[in-house]
Amino acid sequence: MMTDRRPDAKHRISAIALTNRNRALWLAGVVALLAALCALSVTVGTRDVSWSDITAALAGRTDNLGQAAVALRIPRTLLGVLAGAALGLAGAVMQGVTRNPLADPGILGVNMGASLAVVIGIVWFQIETAGAYIWWAIAGAALAAVFVYTIGSLGRGGATPLKLALAGAATSVAFASLVIAVVLPRADIAGGIRSWQIGGIGGATSERIWPVLPFLAVGFAISLLSARKLNLLALGDELAVGLGERVAFARASASIGAILLCGATTAVCGPIGFLGLVVPHVCRLLVGIDHRCLLPFSALGGACLLIAADVAGRIAARPAEIDVGILTALIGAPVFIWIVRRQRVREL
Amino acid sequence: MVSTSLQTLIANRRRRQRRYRSVVSILALLVVALFALSLAIGQTVTPPLEVIRVLLGEQIAGASFTVGQLRLPRAVMSVLAGLSFGLGGVTFQLMLRNPLASPDIIGITSGASAAAVFAIIVLSLNGPIVSIIAVVAGLGVSMLVYGLSFRNGVAGTRLILVGIGISAMLESIIAYILSSAPAWNLQEAMRWLTGSVNGAQLGQAIPLLASLAVFGGLLLSRSRDLEALRLGDDMASALGVGVARTRMLIMVAAVGMIASATAVSGPIAFVAFLSGPIAARIVGSSSSPLVPAALIGAVLVLAGDFAGQFLLPSRYPVGVVTGALGAPYLIYLIVRVNRTGSAL
Amino acid sequence: MNSAMPEHTLEAHGLSTGYGTDNILHDLDLTVPPGRITAIVGANACGKSTLLRAMSRLLAPREGQVLLDGKSIHRMSARLLARTMGLLPQSPIAPEGIAVADLVSRGRHPHQNLFSRWTRKDDEAVDAALTATRTTELAERPVDELSGGQRQRVWIAMALAQETDILLLDEPTTFLDISHQIDVLDLLTDLNRERGTTVVMVLHDLNLAARYADHLVAIAKGRVHVSGSPEEVLTQQNIRAVFGLESQIITDPVSGRPMMLPIGRYRVLGC
Repeated sequence: MMTDRRPDAKHRISAIALTNRNRALWLAGVVALLAALCALSVTVGTRDVSWSDITAALAGRTDNLGQAAVALRIPRTLLGVLAGAALGLAGAVMQGVTRNPLADPGILGVNMGASLAVVIGIVWFQIETAGAYIWWAIAGAALAAVFVYTIGSLGRGGATPLKLALAGAATSVAFASLVIAVVLPRADIAGGIRSWQIGGIGGATSERIWPVLPFLAVGFAISLLSARKLNLLALGDELAVGLGERVAFARASASIGAILLCGATTAVCGPIGFLGLVVPHVCRLLVGIDHRCLLPFSALGGACLLIAADVAGRIAARPAEIDVGILTALIGAPVFIWIVRRQRVREL
Repeated sequence: MVSTSLQTLIANRRRRQRRYRSVVSILALLVVALFALSLAIGQTVTPPLEVIRVLLGEQIAGASFTVGQLRLPRAVMSVLAGLSFGLGGVTFQLMLRNPLASPDIIGITSGASAAAVFAIIVLSLNGPIVSIIAVVAGLGVSMLVYGLSFRNGVAGTRLILVGIGISAMLESIIAYILSSAPAWNLQEAMRWLTGSVNGAQLGQAIPLLASLAVFGGLLLSRSRDLEALRLGDDMASALGVGVARTRMLIMVAAVGMIASATAVSGPIAFVAFLSGPIAARIVGSSSSPLVPAALIGAVLVLAGDFAGQFLLPSRYPVGVVTGALGAPYLIYLIVRVNRTGSAL
Repeated sequence: MNSAMPEHTLEAHGLSTGYGTDNILHDLDLTVPPGRITAIVGANACGKSTLLRAMSRLLAPREGQVLLDGKSIHRMSARLLARTMGLLPQSPIAPEGIAVADLVSRGRHPHQNLFSRWTRKDDEAVDAALTATRTTELAERPVDELSGGQRQRVWIAMALAQETDILLLDEPTTFLDISHQIDVLDLLTDLNRERGTTVVMVLHDLNLAARYADHLVAIAKGRVHVSGSPEEVLTQQNIRAVFGLESQIITDPVSGRPMMLPIGRYRVLGC
């Protein structure tokens, strides 16, 4: 039981009041960082471009290779911002809903569920439109979330963090095997979705981004609006009920937002893991645990991290690229292990 | 005068021994039968007599090639890899007292595979040196996982989660190396991601046979100590087992075997994970599941490869078949572990 | 009392050890009387379990030594030690679904090496162990189906199958119902009387320890505060020093041994 370690409500409110000015500063800082990273993402890449090329491309001209390269980077950067924000926010929401510091769309198997659903749709049901991909991905994400939560809650202690993480990780491993089993016979598809399977934003175009915007918008809205509910849930189920909150409903509605974000993102970018784990932890250190501030901060932080990883991936292995999914795994897994080590054994 | 209780005791023990012996015999026969089947049946069916003649060294047009060059190396590799994964997997599960602590889940096969991929694609190496590198990497990953999950003793779930985390890192490294390789060969990729015995060569079987003999022999010689370890570290120590030393010896042997197999066939998904629980179920909890698990590993790989080639609508490498089989079992096992709070 | 067993002496001299950076035991001296039942008592975290673990070679001494028949146990071979001294640790693990007879047979491990086969002698030892613990009828049942008390008897049977002269038990009664606790303690007394087994056990219940033990060792802050017969150890001053509790000592009308009645702030006559 984790309740004995949580500070009481009054303590928390006073802690929040003290750091309001700090938080505003951090928020401004992360927005500035994001702007800088976006600029970097547009100017830097596998091909060197000149300043005039950049300004020309931003104005809409694609006369030479340099300008074309920049023109490609603009939707890529945009997708990176959206995907990173979605995953960072979804991770923060999941950690709040399950009170689990190990929660993350990848670890809890949600991304893999979305992947599996999309792949099944393409291979067995011949879906082709972007809209269909997204709906299937969301359905897969939702089913995976329910599945993992059910399994993780079985037995003594309910859904403890370690049990839930284990159920999610095992489900993720299992689903990954099934994805390979489904995709393999279709050599025509297997090569094409290779990059998607690893998780990346390369090859992004405006046509791929438009269909997913409405889903992301709704997902962002629902998630951000659930901030108050998440604050109450953090006090523990009994206290939250005592304060008049309908716990099951709050959990479900907040989760819907996260699932929409994960599903939509995975449909376009493939399963990018560990972002939703790392970002909320860092943000919590900087702005505290009030979700009204933590959620938007996680979104912005997620965007920053994804863009940074993408830029690094483009520079580090020139002229080839390292897909974002690989970098987030390399950075995120050690963080995951570090958090696992800190968990108390009695929470098994 | 012998008391009746003593007689009953002896009778029951003999009964258990008989059950063990018949299980092992049946499994061994199954392995031989599947082996023979995979030599005889392929795109064409080769009559058994011809198969035997080819094996004895005769040169028969057509059959010598199909049986001798195509099917025999593949079947031999399947058996050796299956034995290695089965025995290595059950050893880990027994030693760590948890069926989820299988080397293919906690990252050891991923480590060996990543090392093998690195050696072959980046360093352009070939032959036994690749196996050695894989074994060293496998040992390194085991120590890393064990060390990272050690905090006042090793808690089962923590070990598994750390292992899964490290496995994720290694898988992404493998994916990166494969995707940046000069020629994206789906077959090769499948080998290193899920395991395959396609294109096996008899020459590769020799180091594998050696590793099986050495490491497998070492493990089997310690099977009694392993049984004592199942009772808990304290109890094993009280029974006269040098716990730390035995554990390290057993682990080195198991990792050595698994990494050697991985260096050749890739990490054949879930064979190490499935063999132990199936063996324990068949042979009963009172007998040692080591040898049955090895045989079941061989059965899984032989049958999986056969099914992947001929019984399914498309050609699958063996790793995909065993992966699809292992996935639901993994889920079932989590459900059972959570529900009953038990371990292997 | 049957003394068919050779008498082994087990002692600790200047023993200091612990986990982590600090020592839990400090310069501890202890002599275990052979052929008797010894109970180690003390408050939580005083070092009782640590002491038992150090004496059974689970924990290495940082200073001082543990001697069996005058020889340091850390220089003996593990097998030889296991044939002389048996241990029932706090949380032994029974493999899932294992039958009682099979678990008890594991106790023969120290008597077998790589090439030895199972002999008649081994069967007889297992049978004798089952009979002594009255678990013969349970022989073919799975251990996880047994009650707590039955399971503890099975573990003791396994330790008996080792055929050791000394038996160490780490809190053998802690999680059992009172009837099972008495059952286990009676069993240990049987073993001591019929086989001459030296029993050393860590007990958390002071009164049960006083009733069943011939020799009590009270540990406080990692040292032996006092040791001796129950009458010598159970005094008001000792209880105050070891447990930080006021008490009254009476003679237990059932056993004739001393019994400690705790005195708290409430429910005390004349308060």
